[in-house]
Amino acid sequence: MIELKWYIWLSLAVFSIGMIGFLTRRNIIIILISVELMLNAVNINLVAMSHYMQDLRGQMLAFFVIAVAAAEAAIGLAIVIALFRTKAVGHVDEVTEMKG
Amino acid sequence: MIHFLFGYLALSIIGLSLFIITRKNPVHSVLGMLFMFIHVAALYLLLNAEFLAAVQVIVYAGAILVLFLFAIMILNIKEELEISLFVGSWVMALPVVIGLFIMLLLGLKEAGPTYSGVHTIEFIKTATHTKAFGKELFMNYILPFEIISLILLVAIVGAIVLTKKRL
Repeated sequence: MIELKWYIWLSLAVFSIGMIGFLTRRNIIIILISVELMLNAVNINLVAMSHYMQDLRGQMLAFFVIAVAAAEAAIGLAIVIALFRTKAVGHVDEVTEMKG
Repeated sequence: MIHFLFGYLALSIIGLSLFIITRKNPVHSVLGMLFMFIHVAALYLLLNAEFLAAVQVIVYAGAILVLFLFAIMILNIKEELEISLFVGSWVMALPVVIGLFIMLLLGLKEAGPTYSGVHTIEFIKTATHTKAFGKELFMNYILPFEIISLILLVAIVGAIVLTKKRL
């Protein structure tokens, strides 16, 4: 039997990798992919907790996270397409209208 | 056997995640993501969550991945392959993330189950996983389920409005 902490460490590692990708990559589509990685890490954590605590609540939450991830991908890619249409760039450091 | 399986899945998930965030060509990243999602689905099977494994393959590997591939079609890959991968501030971001990772790792070093609910493995074996899941979803989580349907409606309307020719 694998202990719960191994699953938590795995999800922690994947979450950190996704966060590195989110904060350092220049391409906006890779940034959205990194968000999906982070959501997947959270799902691994929730399902593992649900299994080891013998309660389906964690799997419910994982189910809702998957639905929200689908909505987030649709909206995020729509924003990317709108950005391409108005500025024809796909790099986050070239979009400087808001002086961020 | 199960330790070997978990080790294989964990190592390949971490390796594929690193592969995804370091590729220059976004198409390679998306293909890496496909394999990573399938490995995560296998991990769900290891955790007795068959229904979620199926949903993972259908929604993530089926729908979200195709959406990403469609968005990549509008990218200029040739230009993408020539510029550097990372933004200038990566030297600041990397220590922050590594610090967060170490902090959480120290905090969760001895994490274990602290609670035991009613859905034991025997219960799920007799009721079957999908039936137990559906009963829980439609009896105790019906309000979040309805809210999710609204969120998906907002996503549909938002995607249509954002990609219109004239806003």
